[in-house]
Formats: sequence, structure tokens, C-alpha cells
Amino acid sequence: MSVSLNVNGQSRELDVDPGTPLLWIIREDLGLTGTKYGCGIAQCGACTVHVDGEPLRSCSAPISLLTGRKITTIEGLSSRAAKAVQKAWVELDVVQCGYCQSGQIMSATALLEKKPKPSDLDIDHAMAGNICRCATYHRIRAAIHAASAQLSA
Amino acid sequence: MRKTWAWAMALVLGAVIGLPGRAADLQTPDSFASIADRSERSRALFVEAGKVIQHPRCLNCHPVGERPTQSNDMHPHSPLVVRGGDDKGAIGMRCTTCHQAANFEPSGVPGHPLWHMAPLGMAWQQRSLAQICVQIKDPRKNGGKTLAQLHEHMAQDTLVGWAWHPGGTREPAPGTQDQFGALIAAWIATGAACPR
Repeated sequence: MSVSLNVNGQSRELDVDPGTPLLWIIREDLGLTGTKYGCGIAQCGACTVHVDGEPLRSCSAPISLLTGRKITTIEGLSSRAAKAVQKAWVELDVVQCGYCQSGQIMSATALLEKKPKPSDLDIDHAMAGNICRCATYHRIRAAIHAASAQLSA
Repeated sequence: MRKTWAWAMALVLGAVIGLPGRAADLQTPDSFASIADRSERSRALFVEAGKVIQHPRCLNCHPVGERPTQSNDMHPHSPLVVRGGDDKGAIGMRCTTCHQAANFEPSGVPGHPLWHMAPLGMAWQQRSLAQICVQIKDPRKNGGKTLAQLHEHMAQDTLVGWAWHPGGTREPAPGTQDQFGALIAAWIATGAACPR
């Protein structure tokens, strides 16, 4: 099946099986390995990308349902909220092992793009599907608040 | 003895590799024709339809609170999700973050183009079938639906219909959506009486 994708602002034509999960396309066909494989069943959030500006677990989305939609991976994040998140992540040294962090950053950015001043409860609800085995949750929350402060400065 | 052993092995294998659940049967409206009293017949029809309404495939997305449940044991949805302002999830954690337009068998995540929770006014969990019956007839709680529109929703809505095609190892709702629609139609035709 031939599919047309827009990934990180670039149009791509691929000949792939329609049932292939988006994650496999991103990593294997496009070589964008920042997005991680975690559980494969949409339970951990490591594979989170944005589709039309909303977070999506790419391990559980067949490519046949995504033709023509705008896909953004961690490599293509460029919004003001994204830059604030990345800066806060570095300043607060959020990352420990790092495996889940691209998914965490994708979810945090999606939250701040929609709600620049989130409450703790907003953060809990938006980030509940992103698991961190190193338990960096406190730093993730602090970094989201720090990014929020940057956005309103 | 050999046949018993083979069935036991099949059941064990089914449990291990995850075969689809089997739907229970539904009685047809004709099965209730022998009940002479019209209201009693209507109640009996609704009790039969209640096998669908109170099945986990339906109840899981009709919770009383903010969180849906999942599976036949109706445990809280994992990961934590909430209905949000539009019954489609919180900001940054929408239903569509995981649920796509169709069931995705490789990961077992169910899907439908209109995936969402029932509004709070249509909360069914922790309520008796009699309470649910009164509730679904109330236009203030059912989205302003007439009984005819209620039948159309039950019999033709494709998200309701997902309950019979849930994918994965999930047990479908009893019978078929057509059979369920026929029971609801017969219940309405006999006065839409509610169980006591």
C-alpha cells in the first residue's frame, strides 16, 4: 500500500503494509529513532508523537488510518511551548536513564500548547499515560511548571 | 474421556493464547408473547434487553464518576483517564491518544471513530436496571431523545454497535445489535414499562 505522510513538515511517500504501526514507520522506514518502543500496547507512553497537534501512541496506530495527517516526532518539535519544555528539562536536569523522556516531552508539550498555565491536576491527567521507571515524576512536574512560567514571562 | 481431555486442553489453550470471548444469546420479542399483561410483557422485554445494557461492554463507558472502567471485571481504566469537559478525555490525554478509528489487533487497543464516554446523565454503573430504565426515558438525562430516537440510538448507533464487535479477547455483548434493537422496539411498543 502506498501512503502519503507529512512527518515533521516533510511530505513522504512510502510503500508499506497498511497495518504497520506508525512507530515502526517512524523508526525503521524514516530512521527517526527519538521515538521509543516501550510496551507496544499503549500503556507506557514512550512512543508518543503528535498527530494534528494531539498526542498519539504510535505503537497502536496503523499507518492506514494516518494518511494525510500531520505527524510530529520529537525530532520535529519546534513550537514555543516545545522550546520552553526542552529548556526546562535541561535546566532542571529531569532526565535519568532517558528512555521515556521523548514521550514525556511530547505529552508535556501537547499540554502546554493547549493550556499554558496548567494546574497540578491538569498535569496529572495529561501525563498519567507516560510511565517513568526512574520515577522522575517530581522533576517532570517541576519542569512543566517552569516551562509554563517561561511561556508567560 | 479422550474428548473431555481435548476440550480441557482447548480451554487452556484458549485462555493462554487469548481467543475471542463468546457472546451470550438474547431471546427474541416473540419469546415473550405468552405474557398476557401488556405492562408485564414490556417489563420482561426490558429485563431481556438489560442483559446488553448491563453488560461490561456497555457499562464500562457509562461510569458514575469521571473515570471509565475496562474488562469484564470492570476495573478502573489503565492508564488513568478522565472524561474531561467533552467526555473525550483531558487536555493532553484524549481518548484518541490511544483509541483510533478501529480496533487495532496487534496491540489489542479497541477503537471507533467516535470513541468517548457516555455523559454523566447517562451513568449506569451502580444503578439497578429499574433505575436505568427510568433514566434512559428521561429526556433531561438522555440528551433530549424521544423513545423513537432512543430506539434509533440503541439499534443503529455504530459506537453502541462496537459492543458486538469489540475485538481482541473481549466478550461481545449478548446477541446482536439487531436483536437488541428488536427488543427495545417491542419494549416501546408495549408501553416502555420499567421493571419494579
